[in-house]
Amino acid sequence: MNKRRVLRFILLTGVLFPSVLAPVAFGLSDAYKGNIYEVGTLKSVDSVLRVKVGDRAPDFTLPSISGQKVSLSQFLEKKNVVLSFVPAAWTPVCSDQWPGYNIAKDIFNQYDAILLGITVDNIPTLFAWTNQMGQVWFPVLSDFWPHGAVAKRYGVLRSDGISERALFVIDKTGILRYIDVHDINKRPALEDLMGALEKLK
Amino acid sequence: MRRILTVLTMITLLFSIIVFPALAANKPPEKGEALPVINLPVPRNAEERNYLGLSGGGLFKIPQIKAHGVIVELFSMYCPFCQKDAPGVNELYRLIENSAVLKNKIKLIGIGVGNSPYEVEVFKKTYDVPFPLFPDKDFVIHKVCGEVRTPYYMVVKINEDGTHQIVHSQLGNYLGAEPFLEVVLKTLGLK
Repeated sequence: MNKRRVLRFILLTGVLFPSVLAPVAFGLSDAYKGNIYEVGTLKSVDSVLRVKVGDRAPDFTLPSISGQKVSLSQFLEKKNVVLSFVPAAWTPVCSDQWPGYNIAKDIFNQYDAILLGITVDNIPTLFAWTNQMGQVWFPVLSDFWPHGAVAKRYGVLRSDGISERALFVIDKTGILRYIDVHDINKRPALEDLMGALEKLK
Repeated sequence: MRRILTVLTMITLLFSIIVFPALAANKPPEKGEALPVINLPVPRNAEERNYLGLSGGGLFKIPQIKAHGVIVELFSMYCPFCQKDAPGVNELYRLIENSAVLKNKIKLIGIGVGNSPYEVEVFKKTYDVPFPLFPDKDFVIHKVCGEVRTPYYMVVKINEDGTHQIVHSQLGNYLGAEPFLEVVLKTLGLK
């Protein structure tokens, strides 16, 4: 019986070993050189949503890196809106998410959608970080003060003060049509977001 | 029962020994080394298939490409430097294709690490990339390449006996089509 247990242990170890030790891959760009802070693997989700598909999206007004304030309500009846919360500037996965959206402007336009990028970092940090990506075409908003208030209202503020990696699609009438609170360690596939926008047509 | 468990254990151990190193390398492939195991799908597009000198379907390995040398770019649609380099890499392709001497000797491919087919297609369309690009959605190739940052360039020399060797590798630092082609020609022994 003991031998059997030992054999089972070896078997399990062999199967689990590669998957446990294999690090989370994120494909970091060399553009950031040594300026990315390694955060390791985090708890995939650490908050509880406070909105659901079908709800009216809570309005907010936040400062942007361009110096202007941006409100969700200013897009009512004009544009579909994608809110992209990313956890923090200068971290691995986040640094390789928005640059992809940056070359997908045509696709967002095709769906008559505006993208609003949001983090809980302050404006100077966001300014420096997004400059490293090249100029981004979409508004980048700071949910720094009161700290993470918008993230908290949507239910994507984690217990350590950063936000989830979350996508919200809001239609022109202000209704939430898609929510993806993604595993913080992984980048959401672009086609999933675009599939959600396709459904608004 | 005991025999079954023993056999299963042996299989598991073998699996761990053989597969694990293929799952995650601790450094990128470099000059002087052979490529790690990279399986790519034979392109469905006939033009791309012809460009690479491949036929049929299924998977192929880079040294099966009919060429004296292959330039491999590991890129990502999400990588700002890859985006910045894209026009220059297209120019490299054109310099090669417009040369009667080099056209059939050097081929160029890109592998989108962590990119789905959709994401690779967005990159291809945005920059009008004329050479074959392959998705690596689940980071399988990225892992065997030591999770190297992008863009990562490798020049692979393919010998007549089917063996191959990486003769040049560099992380980023793409200084333009002409200087890079100089390096390619020199390292492949074509100049």
